[in-house]
Amino acid sequence: MRELTYLEAVREAMSQEMRQNEDVFILGEDIGVYGGAFGVTRGMIEEFGPERIRNTPISEAAISGTAVGAALTGMRPILELQFSDFMTIAMDNMVNQAAKIRYMYGGKGKVPMVLRTPAGSGTGAAAQHSQSLEAWMAHVPGLKVVQPSTAYDAKGLLKAAIDEDNPVIFYEHKLCYKTKSDVPEELYSIPLGQADIKRQGSDVTIVATAIMVHKSLEAALELEKEGISVEVIDPRTLVPLDTDTIIESVKKTSRLVVVHEAVKRGGFGGEIASVIAESEAFDYLDAPIKRLGGKAVPIPYNPELEKSAIPSVEDIVAAVKETLNHR
Amino acid sequence: MTSLINLPAHLKRDDLTDLLKQMWQIRFFEEKVDEFFAKGMIHGTTHLAVGQEASAVGSIAVLEERDKITSTHRGHGHCIAKGAEVNRMMAELFGRTTGYCKGKGGSMHIADVEKGNLGANGIVGGGFAIAAGAALTSQMKNEGYVVLCFFGDGASNEGSFHEALNLASIWKLPVVFVCENNQYGMSGPAKEMMNIEDVAARAESYGIPGKVVDGNDVFDVMNGVSEAVDRARTGQGPSIVEAKTYRWKGHSKSDAKKYRTREEEQKWRAKDPIARLRDALIQEGLLTEEGATEIKAAAKKEIEDSVEFSKQSPMPTIDDLMEDIYA
Ligand SMILES: Cc1ncc(C[n+]2csc(CCOP(=O)(O)OP(=O)(O)O)c2C)c(N)n1
Repeated sequence: MRELTYLEAVREAMSQEMRQNEDVFILGEDIGVYGGAFGVTRGMIEEFGPERIRNTPISEAAISGTAVGAALTGMRPILELQFSDFMTIAMDNMVNQAAKIRYMYGGKGKVPMVLRTPAGSGTGAAAQHSQSLEAWMAHVPGLKVVQPSTAYDAKGLLKAAIDEDNPVIFYEHKLCYKTKSDVPEELYSIPLGQADIKRQGSDVTIVATAIMVHKSLEAALELEKEGISVEVIDPRTLVPLDTDTIIESVKKTSRLVVVHEAVKRGGFGGEIASVIAESEAFDYLDAPIKRLGGKAVPIPYNPELEKSAIPSVEDIVAAVKETLNHR
Repeated sequence: MTSLINLPAHLKRDDLTDLLKQMWQIRFFEEKVDEFFAKGMIHGTTHLAVGQEASAVGSIAVLEERDKITSTHRGHGHCIAKGAEVNRMMAELFGRTTGYCKGKGGSMHIADVEKGNLGANGIVGGGFAIAAGAALTSQMKNEGYVVLCFFGDGASNEGSFHEALNLASIWKLPVVFVCENNQYGMSGPAKEMMNIEDVAARAESYGIPGKVVDGNDVFDVMNGVSEAVDRARTGQGPSIVEAKTYRWKGHSKSDAKKYRTREEEQKWRAKDPIARLRDALIQEGLLTEEGATEIKAAAKKEIEDSVEFSKQSPMPTIDDLMEDIYA
């Protein structure tokens, strides 16, 4: 099979979907001839024209709000937010409008829109361009939250997100953009709410999201050299969350390490840990659940400090060993 | 022949070579940054204002020392004009502890609060309300200072622009909104992103003055801003001054500049604000050719020295990571 980068996979999903569904269009800042801040929409305006690849002014509140209005009246907008940090400006429309409309209207009306946005640190863009704020969104009833880690997943999940009749926040990790995997040419869908076991193992379960999936797989390879067998689960979507796969895995391994880049305090890892604590898997635990997340600090500019603000491969290795050494 | 030098009444002709020096400092600083960025010696991202030096220098030249500014993501020029030490600026871009933000902020977050630079900003439109708030302090404590809020044409399409201007106008806050209209917001031509020719025209809807000046003519900028500052200082409230100018370089790194033409770039390069000031000073007998060469060389040397200073400055250590989060 051919390989695509994550970035290309996102673009391909949108292009293929747009070819078969006239209602789908994209709006956002610099998505036209510039191709978007990270180049995801590069070349799309040539094929689809400025009507459907709609360059907007720098107006996140207006962009997100018009997407809500268009979605409510029969279009299926995909909105590109240049950096996920700017969610603060789109927040009112996403949280107070998009998320609630269907419910508030007693089930009348739906808001099929996708807000795609790059998240995460690692590019030296500092504190206002590097955050991981997915837990905010996952907290809001009415929004679905997707966090793909591979090109294959990105394509299939984006297709599912576009087909959704509910608002979806689709987080793309900046450092994942250049990663590659086998991606089928045809358009396929990965249902939201289906975790993927990225690696089978028997000694400990790691649940990781976005770039931390890659770091966890690296950690698993190292641990394997010491005879430790690690299972790595990528939930892929936080809402809906595939609790069954995680619970089954913990019942098998009896140990759980949760890893995400977002700040640990109030992060989504707490939710995953609670799911286990509240489930029958609790009785199977042989060690306390271990959560790894970003330090409670804005992402600093200096590259070494930036790296140290979030979990590293070594941190993951150490956390796994710690759970294994617990008696 | 009419004089090329048309100064606000309170300014003296003998200080004018300082303006030239500052403009050269800005130019050399940014060209160095551009070079180091390309070589991978500076990471993250930077936004250069090469070609826009007159709006920063001219605006700040009419301020008193106690006055304050808010800056933007394209803020090196504002910073230098407000009296920042280039050593500490360059050190910040190198991520060193001697930098203005101890290496934690980088290019987009340089601030010098004590000296009245309330900070660059990574959020487009982030400065409007902050400037209004600083002006509110001045008004409430009767401190007499004025705030200059720099912003781009693109930023004036953000909701925060309209909300802050409305507030500032009803409360008659001592703030001047200086638009550096360099014709583009990233790839979005101002012409396509607003349905009017001038950002300054938006002043009318807030019942405040709006004036357009030649942003490549330091004296025109000085006159426009000086008038607005006088108004602000005498309790008559805010204004917009729009300086029409051009950024010579791309928006930031990796900008293919497909959204504009070579001819357009050449046309603007011919209006180099530095060459214009230099020629005017020489023609008016305020500067000799040799004098100009000396000033230029001195500015260049300061920038070279700042590089040495930065290279010799220490990197932050992991112990610095969690410092300064809370007061
Ligand atoms: C809220 C927000 N939206 C988008 C961006 C990305 N961005 C950074 S600078 C910029 C263009 C700003 O244009 P303008 O205000 O005209 O200033 P200029 O860059 O031309 O100096 C954009 C879109 C951002 N930093 N913040």
